[in-house]
Amino acid sequence: MKFSLLQQSYMNRRSGSFRGSSAPLDSSPDNTIKSPASIFWLLLHGICCLISLVLGFRFSRLVFFFLFSTSTTTTLYVTTPFHPLSRTSVISNPLTNSANDLLVSNSTVSSGVVVGRHGIRIRPWPHPNPSEVIQAHQIIERVQREQRNQFGVKSPRSLIVVTPTYVRTFQTLHMIGVMHSLMLLPYDVVWIVVEAGGITNETELIIAKSGVKTLHIGFNQKMPNTWEGRHRLETKMRLRALRLVREEKMDGIVMFADDSNMHSMELFDEIQNVKWFGAVSVGILVHSGGADETLLAAAKVDKEAEENLPNSVVPVQGPACNASNKLAGWHTFNSLTYKGKSAVYIDDRATVLPRKLEWAGFVLNSRLLWKEAEDKPEWVKDMDSVGENIENPLALLKDPSKVEPLGSCGRQVLLWWLRVEARADSKFPPGWIIDPPLEITVPSKRTPWPDTPPELPPNEEKTINQEQTVKHSSKTRSPRSKRRSKRKHEAGSVETQVSAKHSEQN
Amino acid sequence: MLSISVPSSKFFPASFPFNLYLKKRPFFSFLFIFSPITQTLRSAGDVLEDDPVGRLKVYVYELPSKYNKKLLQKDPRCLTHMFAAEIFMHRFLLSSPVRTLNPDEADWFYAPIYPTCDLTPTGLPLPFKSPRMMRSAVQLISSNWPYWNRTEGSDHFFVVPHDFGACFHYQEEKAIERGILPLLQRATLVQTFGQRNHVCLNEGSITIPPYAPPQKMQARQIPLDTPRSIFVYFRGLFYDVNNDPEGGYYARGARAAVWENFKNNPLFDISTDHPATYYEDMQRAIFCLCPLGWAPWSPRLVEAVVFGCIPVIIADDIVLPFADAIPWEEIGVFVAEEDVPDLDTILTSIPSEVILRKQRLLANPSMKRAMLFPQPAQPGDAFHQILNGLARKLPHDRTAYLKPGQKVLNWTTGPVGDLKPW
Repeated sequence: MKFSLLQQSYMNRRSGSFRGSSAPLDSSPDNTIKSPASIFWLLLHGICCLISLVLGFRFSRLVFFFLFSTSTTTTLYVTTPFHPLSRTSVISNPLTNSANDLLVSNSTVSSGVVVGRHGIRIRPWPHPNPSEVIQAHQIIERVQREQRNQFGVKSPRSLIVVTPTYVRTFQTLHMIGVMHSLMLLPYDVVWIVVEAGGITNETELIIAKSGVKTLHIGFNQKMPNTWEGRHRLETKMRLRALRLVREEKMDGIVMFADDSNMHSMELFDEIQNVKWFGAVSVGILVHSGGADETLLAAAKVDKEAEENLPNSVVPVQGPACNASNKLAGWHTFNSLTYKGKSAVYIDDRATVLPRKLEWAGFVLNSRLLWKEAEDKPEWVKDMDSVGENIENPLALLKDPSKVEPLGSCGRQVLLWWLRVEARADSKFPPGWIIDPPLEITVPSKRTPWPDTPPELPPNEEKTINQEQTVKHSSKTRSPRSKRRSKRKHEAGSVETQVSAKHSEQN
Repeated sequence: MLSISVPSSKFFPASFPFNLYLKKRPFFSFLFIFSPITQTLRSAGDVLEDDPVGRLKVYVYELPSKYNKKLLQKDPRCLTHMFAAEIFMHRFLLSSPVRTLNPDEADWFYAPIYPTCDLTPTGLPLPFKSPRMMRSAVQLISSNWPYWNRTEGSDHFFVVPHDFGACFHYQEEKAIERGILPLLQRATLVQTFGQRNHVCLNEGSITIPPYAPPQKMQARQIPLDTPRSIFVYFRGLFYDVNNDPEGGYYARGARAAVWENFKNNPLFDISTDHPATYYEDMQRAIFCLCPLGWAPWSPRLVEAVVFGCIPVIIADDIVLPFADAIPWEEIGVFVAEEDVPDLDTILTSIPSEVILRKQRLLANPSMKRAMLFPQPAQPGDAFHQILNGLARKLPHDRTAYLKPGQKVLNWTTGPVGDLKPW
């Protein structure tokens, strides 16, 4: 515990240092001799001070270093010279009384620990050794595994994840998100992907890279263009998956992972706690289609709606608990403020609204779906008796009060609901591979591009083309990518834009 | 005072690997099962659970409030800094069942003085008046009660939690020069400083942990299944630019060596800043460095034990708190100051079974409890460990009691400044 106590410690230090520098070769403790010798030392002291002032550091240490350094310091680079005498002369003697700042030792018992200035030991290569880093990571992994065993979920059950999807521009984006979340899980996962419009290669390619066990089911109905229709079809697809779980008598926890939702890792740990039927809180990310729209329209039209809603509050759907942590009701989405301004078609530039309670917020034990299970509770309806037009899985229950609220009784938001889709007529290269590569057709006089572009051989360096497509797409706002058939049309528009630029600049 | 110890489930906490100690001391395991033995032969795990009530009696002197309450009134910060143990010990003893109002039956005598409660505006304690304060208090005790002169302090204990204990100075050379206050040479000192073969540590002193706020630490606990992802963690100074700008003095160059060798190592999360998530980060770390500073002890040790982070102690010859009750070699990693450049090799070469075992020992709640000074006191906490330590020193040696008229202490030695009345 040190602090700069103005004069006192400073004076001590200064006097100590003076004594040190004033007597570089002197070992006599006797400072009271008044003789030419003392005057000589005083002069020497003065000269040393002046030199130190000029140099900017106490050079007495260097003197010591050069006079007394031994081979012990060669293996280690020592920043401040370590006075070797202080280690060996650990004897009680009146010498130490003079409080020489370089050498003070315990006066009673010999001890290896010495007060005073020590060198700072730095090894010749102060950088991590790769094999040690690997070792450290193995230690960390072992510790975390032990933590999981001790405090994590005991005997984790396998997860059955139901995802309805269909081929569209953003499908790859959404599916990769869900896929990566599932790939990170330490549990057994069975991923049931139900695809509207039948099984396609596109989807197959995406989910093939997942590494988890997937069941790809085709649903022979095309996805309609309206959100309403899409919600209804998704419900039917999910029920189709649940029927599969029932037929195959799959065991585990069923959860609904819509492809555009975002799941936190804690969600998967939390749903392991479900007994029969659980509900989690879902954060609803409501947004409207275009950024510029919100700036203009929101300022004028939606002002009243904005004032009603508190700023920057994400609406949350899920179980509501009373003070004794029992399920008391449900937080649902209030769509009144968005009446008339919500999106109807999938590519509308308006707010996409969720249902009152989304499927994604529910998890169930797969045994609820089986025809016969030993301890299946009586408050569950048989799956076959439920129609196809249910809003959410609560319809499967005779007694909705038996739902278990998860995530500290709904206080933790463990996943977020989002619907983002590109325009219905947006075209994207199948499998997101541009083949054959696009040719550059627009020379620009203002950039260092060459006037005559080099002839690109086909199938070469797709990266260059992706750069070009990025440059092209940055000029337009809507999430479109160009297909070859449209290229010439686009090139024309780009050319006009470029020429417009030229006319501005010239 | 002997007491019969019968092995019962209370003394064998299930979580503690008691069998290890049995393996180490097979002779004592024999004794355990078959015969009553004194407390001193029992193994460390049990000792933490001891109940001092009934094993000793403490008499608390009534000193004028200028020694204690007035100081606290002047500066209530004394209750929250790391030297607050002296105040809390006083409060605990006042209402503890070991307190006796009859000094004739007391085994130990306690004088409630707060020598570390003289704070600068920035909150650091000044030790310059402390020797005079202690002298004046001892003079008062010896003139008003006969118990001091009976033993010249051998059955008295004082709490001196300052940097170098009863040497009453923050600078080590000065502290060594002064040595322990001569009047306290025979008393038992309860202090945080502990270093072997050092003037400021008497034989028979009890080392205690520094005060760390228990409520704050308990409030910031994170779920136990949060994975520990930081390998080595440290937050604090490496160079004390105000007092030792060139380095080499502060921490005997050890902290500077840690910085210079490992600032580029991604496994070492070390820096000088003060994050708001300090406690949470410690709970996410596997190793927490506890290097010496100006003095070898620090509250980091307490924090590491409470948060389950294995303490890496870099302080040569340090004596850790309750060393006779807590098996520090089993819990922590000791690294010599000269081995600091190889710290990463040392830590990564520890086998993972050993690391897991250390973590399991650290998870023992009695260990955590023993490091804390909770208000109000709880069984097994640091107050009780201090009393256990005092109880273990009973009965007093025959040399403690002086013949009438015999004088051992020299009341006039020491720096001239100390002899001035307070």
